[in-house]
Amino acid sequence: MTAFIIRRLLQAALVVFLMSVIVFFGVNVIGDPVDMLISPDADQAEIARTIQALGLDRPIGEQYLHFLKGVATGDFGKSFIFGEPALKLILHHMPATVELALVSLLMAILLGIPLGLYAGLYPDRKVSKGIIAGSILGFSLPTFWVGLMLIMLFAVVLGWLPSTGRGDTAVFLGIESSLWTRDGLSHLFLPALNLALTNISLVIRLTRAGVREAMHQDYIKFARAKGLSESRVVSVHLMKNILIPIVTVLGLEFGGLLAFSVVTESIFAWPGMGKLLIDSLLQLDRPVVVAYLMIIVLFFVVINLVVDILYSVLDPRVRLKDQGA
Amino acid sequence: MNTEATVMKETPLQRFWSEFCESRIAVASLVVLLIIILLAALAPWITPQNPYDLAQVDVLDGKLPPGSDAYAGYTMWLGSDGAGRDLYSAILYGIRISLTVGLAAGFIALIIGTVIGLTAAYAGGRVDTFIMRAVDIQLSFPAVLIALVLVAILGRGIDKIIIALVAAQWAYYARTVRATAMVESAKEYVEAARCLALSTTRIVIRHVLPNCLAPLIVIGTVQTASAIALESTLSFLGVGLRQTEPSLGVLISNGFEYMMSGRYWISFFPGIALLLTIVSINLVGDQLRDVLNPRLKR
Amino acid sequence: MTYRLTIGAVLASAMLASPAWSEELTIGLGSEATAIDPHFHNLGPNNALARHIFDRLILQNELQQLEPGLAVSWEPVDDLTWEFKLREGVKFHDGSDFTADDVVCTWDRAPNVPNSPSSFATYTKGKTAVKIDDYTVHFKTEAPYPLMANDVSTVTIVSDEVGCEATTAEYNDGTAAVGTGPFKFVSYKPGDAIVVERNEDYWGEKPIWTSVTFKPIKSAPARVAALLAGDVDVIAAVPTTDVATLEKNEDVSLSQGASNRVIYLHLDHDRSDSPFVKANGGGAIENPLQKLEVRKAISMAINRDAIVDRVMEGIAIKAGQLLPDGFFGVSDKLEPVEYDPEGARALLAGAGYPDGFELTIHGPNDRYINDAKIAEAIGQMLSRVGIKTQVETMPRSVYFGRASKGGPNDTPEFSFILVGWGAGSGEASSPLKSLIGTHNPDKGWGSSNRGRYSNAEFDALLDTALSTVDDAERQALLAQATEMAIEDVAIIPTHYQVNTWGTRKGLNYVARTDEYTLAIGVGKE
Repeated sequence: MTAFIIRRLLQAALVVFLMSVIVFFGVNVIGDPVDMLISPDADQAEIARTIQALGLDRPIGEQYLHFLKGVATGDFGKSFIFGEPALKLILHHMPATVELALVSLLMAILLGIPLGLYAGLYPDRKVSKGIIAGSILGFSLPTFWVGLMLIMLFAVVLGWLPSTGRGDTAVFLGIESSLWTRDGLSHLFLPALNLALTNISLVIRLTRAGVREAMHQDYIKFARAKGLSESRVVSVHLMKNILIPIVTVLGLEFGGLLAFSVVTESIFAWPGMGKLLIDSLLQLDRPVVVAYLMIIVLFFVVINLVVDILYSVLDPRVRLKDQGA
Repeated sequence: MNTEATVMKETPLQRFWSEFCESRIAVASLVVLLIIILLAALAPWITPQNPYDLAQVDVLDGKLPPGSDAYAGYTMWLGSDGAGRDLYSAILYGIRISLTVGLAAGFIALIIGTVIGLTAAYAGGRVDTFIMRAVDIQLSFPAVLIALVLVAILGRGIDKIIIALVAAQWAYYARTVRATAMVESAKEYVEAARCLALSTTRIVIRHVLPNCLAPLIVIGTVQTASAIALESTLSFLGVGLRQTEPSLGVLISNGFEYMMSGRYWISFFPGIALLLTIVSINLVGDQLRDVLNPRLKR
Repeated sequence: MTYRLTIGAVLASAMLASPAWSEELTIGLGSEATAIDPHFHNLGPNNALARHIFDRLILQNELQQLEPGLAVSWEPVDDLTWEFKLREGVKFHDGSDFTADDVVCTWDRAPNVPNSPSSFATYTKGKTAVKIDDYTVHFKTEAPYPLMANDVSTVTIVSDEVGCEATTAEYNDGTAAVGTGPFKFVSYKPGDAIVVERNEDYWGEKPIWTSVTFKPIKSAPARVAALLAGDVDVIAAVPTTDVATLEKNEDVSLSQGASNRVIYLHLDHDRSDSPFVKANGGGAIENPLQKLEVRKAISMAINRDAIVDRVMEGIAIKAGQLLPDGFFGVSDKLEPVEYDPEGARALLAGAGYPDGFELTIHGPNDRYINDAKIAEAIGQMLSRVGIKTQVETMPRSVYFGRASKGGPNDTPEFSFILVGWGAGSGEASSPLKSLIGTHNPDKGWGSSNRGRYSNAEFDALLDTALSTVDDAERQALLAQATEMAIEDVAIIPTHYQVNTWGTRKGLNYVARTDEYTLAIGVGKE
């Protein structure tokens, strides 16, 4: 298992390296941030001086080597826009995004599994068909469209919830989060729901598919034949088996949530990493874009590892090994 | 329930069709989808305006509510957008672009993914390990992020967005094809073919590939729908297609800013068109999955 | 009469000075300041934020007219020296006194902030600050410099004790964010909120708000929604599409004002083979934009009324020159060109293009109000007079780099572009010098002359204007230079932007030409 983890981490390092090359050179191709950032009043000498001061006059290869040297000492470079270390900026924005992703994951589980169970256990009922049709809508509706509709309905028309931004934060158990305050939770609800929508549908469908498949399997038939109560069959035998794919997919989707928060955060003015990424990308803030993507890749690798390990714990038949072996 | 005898008489295709027709929703979706495709294909002949010809679009016709008359005389039944495009025309042309992007991206990704997946399955060893690691990494990375970064780097245009979508989606196909191919190649008929000393290429193309088609079709429909949705999301984030040749996504995101001012039609109708397209594709795909998945058969 | 006025004034000031309850204000901004450090980035939102915590020697009022700030008076003592008398008795938020030392060290810091993507060197360059006594500073130049006061009015004064040696990070965490301004720094969460509180010892008129929170909400519909939902009290940059609806809403009031920003078209004057101008069918063509008749025809083909009424929903002013009426150096002879498609066709035919030609207009899609839509509308209008126009819009991150130096040898890439220019100094020499003056890096002229217009006569006239210290004389020369450029169609102005702020009922905002959103501009009815 240790060898497995080490090999995975080495592979991850390679991926991170490759990606940093692609993104570093790619963002460089888009354009020069100085032309956009500099005050229009500046003359050519001042523009040239600024380009030089930011180190952008040097050949791109040299800039990349310089960047690598910095990374070796934990320095991802300074944001062109904010003048602060890119890493610091990202870490600063991370709690808000993680908080959003966690809550929406929770929503997906709490809403998705019961609905999916129902639809799977009673596939012929009208309600089940409604649930499935609804889940297809959840897949199909573009996130940004739903986000605006949520704001229109809950914030503007009904006035129940605040429309944008993050609420007050408080410190609890050493963690500063807006989860601990009423104001914070009320701000969190709409964006989290917006972000959760796709995953609620996903969980519904996974659960339903799992249930329907399991119902035809021998172990369920056997459990029923033994005369176990329906609730026991469902809660013990069924759940145990359908949870595996759900845990896997949700684990992987957690990364997806972090990424899709780009859209949700833009609409709800949520001060998280996703909004930082899109802003940085649109403003060619290369250090932040590169650092963000490197961190996200690392994140994914860790999530995948954890999922694989969880998998082996939940299902002893699964042995940890690399694909294709 | 059909009797054994009648089932025996049906060809596989007929059986497939009759099973598909078991779901009325799926059939209705298929009909809707076909109508949408037909409308899009006929767009130049059944619309009053070519929304891509700037000389035919007049900003003085802009933002008119549904049912207004355009300067050129025809009635804009669905109203017009901010630039003065007749929304009915723009939507039909937009479906064309959205479908083109979705189908092209889906098809190219399918081809690339299939080739890579089959290669992995049959080359085995290090090649397989390498490819599957790449697939794993790619799959763990959200499509929206890959496409976003790529489109930002490549710039605007249909070709570029297709490249970005293919890059974001090939891995789904590769993984599916490899898994199916592994299962198939273990079966007796492949063994038999091997014993006949048929070339690997021939075995793969003639025997294994046809068996991968079912899962590929299912994934293909879902991925096409998601490509269309992804394109609209990218357009919303400001890195999508050109505004003068709008896809449905561009139309919606252009109309987005008019939502608060009550000009709902500018993004509402394209939104409905997008919704119908994606939902009908997904519903058809859903039924395909049920029909093609042998484990669910009674 | 005098007596009553005085009582009124005393009453008013008493009411302003001592509100019995705490007054909190939340402002939703369209674009976010990138730092608290006032010298880090010469950018509108940063400069606006700095106006709360810090002061400048000379302040620009809502019409960008100059008013005494930390300096009480300024005048040239000889051709090369300006004398500034400083305000006495002003204290920084940490209690230290404001003196000439703060000015001198500010002058050193402002152009030299590490990693600054746009420094203030543009304004401090060529000027040396010399302390004469605690409350007198001399600014020395090597040549006569009439725009001294305008340049000085852009630089924010920081404290000698804590500000001048501080890094940008120290400003952002608050330790160095010590100014003399009407508000004190409280907290800064990038992307989330900036909070300031009232400076009870402010030297000027004290703000009525005890605490102000700035929230960046970039998405325009979300910003409007936040105002309608009551989450914020004021929003900046109300989108033009929502103005009509909000005007009807009784819970909201709007304030509008013309900005200093002109939206204009730049044409390739320089290359005889221009990359985005083609003969009909796509073949090469001798650049028609070099012909005055063609440029005039393009200007006449543009229906400015349609742009203002339809694209901008009435929230813009037709433009005939570089700055709206009322600014220093504006000509009173120039009117917006009338829409005349027939005349445009006739001119094109006369110039040898009866069937027009092919052209691509390039523009940004996230920089100016409705920029992409304007480009598209212009594409439509030109297509209708026979100039088959393609429209290409792109994010500003890509656009400005390509527009300025995307071509070979760092030349401008495009042939026909939509751009805007905001005159930060509030007078006409800024656009004349940067947009129309001959491109000359050594002289610092034509830095944004992306059409490479070059006219020796114009350059000479502007040179004279820029070394004329007498205001009235300089004003006349600038107006004359503007007329010369517009008559030669060096650029084609389309409209001036009008900015709209929204406030909840009971509040109002004093609209500003410089587009700043200031808490001191928010009043109660």
